Amino acid sequence: MKLNRFEIWVGFFVVLGIASLLMLALQVSGLSNFYNTESGYEVKASFANIGGLKVRSKVTISGVTVGRVVSIALDQNQYGEYNALVTLSINDHFNKIPEDSSAKILTAGLLGDNYIGIVPGQAEEYLKNGSTLELTSQAMLLEDLISKFAVGGEK
Amino acid sequence: MLVTYFYNVGHRTISFFEDVGRASVTIFNAIFNKPEFVRGTARLIKQIYAVGVLSLLVILVSGFFIGMVLGLQGYTILSKFGADQALGELIALSMVRELGPVIGALLFAGRAGSALTAEIGLMKTTEQLSSMEMMGIDPLHRIIAPRFWAGQISLPILTLIFNAVAIIGGYLVGVVWLGVDDGAFWGNMQLSVDFREDVVNGIIKSTVFAAVISWIAVFQGVDSIPTSEGISRATTRTVVYSSLCILGLDFFLTAVMFRGT
Repeated sequence: MKLNRFEIWVGFFVVLGIASLLMLALQVSGLSNFYNTESGYEVKASFANIGGLKVRSKVTISGVTVGRVVSIALDQNQYGEYNALVTLSINDHFNKIPEDSSAKILTAGLLGDNYIGIVPGQAEEYLKNGSTLELTSQAMLLEDLISKFAVGGEK
Repeated sequence: MLVTYFYNVGHRTISFFEDVGRASVTIFNAIFNKPEFVRGTARLIKQIYAVGVLSLLVILVSGFFIGMVLGLQGYTILSKFGADQALGELIALSMVRELGPVIGALLFAGRAGSALTAEIGLMKTTEQLSSMEMMGIDPLHRIIAPRFWAGQISLPILTLIFNAVAIIGGYLVGVVWLGVDDGAFWGNMQLSVDFREDVVNGIIKSTVFAAVISWIAVFQGVDSIPTSEGISRATTRTVVYSSLCILGLDFFLTAVMFRGT
């Protein structure tokens, strides 16, 4: 079969266009999040308040990025209190994080993004897929600080 | 004295509306014609090659560099406020909403629109159009329609490619070179860019621009004065009118699409 040169190029052009559309749809506007190349294990942590934490925010130990936030859900514990249940995906390289580590929500700079900082504990057991970080501290909200300062603080 | 003034104004007004009318009739006759699928498709593909594929290089290179410049400038300014995580958002939104459709269309008018006008104008000058008519072939159908549709199809695709390449360029500068966090770059971008609101509206914009550019280009070609000077004037007019229409229309489209968001 004789292939027409023009048709080959036009086909290439259209395929390139469709690839761009797919990139804009999936990667740029995030229609789906099947994009996940890093393999890791999942750890849960629940926080009283996550502030501005978002899916794909980073998880750090001593400032080094070790993973990402995978999902954020609202959760109610047995006392009826609402908590934010955050699932973290931690890279497989970092598989020796003690089980009694604590997680806190930090802010990059004064107005920057929120991210999770893990402070390693002392336990001999390590975090594995499905384990939970028990010790958490909530986000420090600038609005709360200002209102406390303005009202004079609540004891 | 005053009478001559009124005469001039009246003459220009009438000739302006005559032009618009002739252009509308031309394009109407070219588009709404008995379709001829098999041979029409072959001609259309050849025109998409000439209009779209050959514009690919300029679109790829300029898109890449515009993305890189946005990355560099955006980073310099955002990092002053410690907000360099918002770099992806800045690049993606400005590309997808405004710069992609508008600069893509301006480049397209310069690269493909002028070529269309010159080609059709030369056909008219060398009396190819009249000889076609003598042979009983409708030049509107044979020459104008495939070129118009080729422009209409190519520009939205080119704009998509332009956007994607620019975002990759911004990624290379922002993340790979300047060290913005990878997850914050894509994560903030995905949070703020909405497929329906931003990407699809950008495509609608470029579709409108494509119709306007192709229309102006083919009509200026058909309507050119059949001399070498006439062709050069028609080509200039194509680029100037297209650019003005793109920038003017863009304001109205933006006002309708993104008002208040």
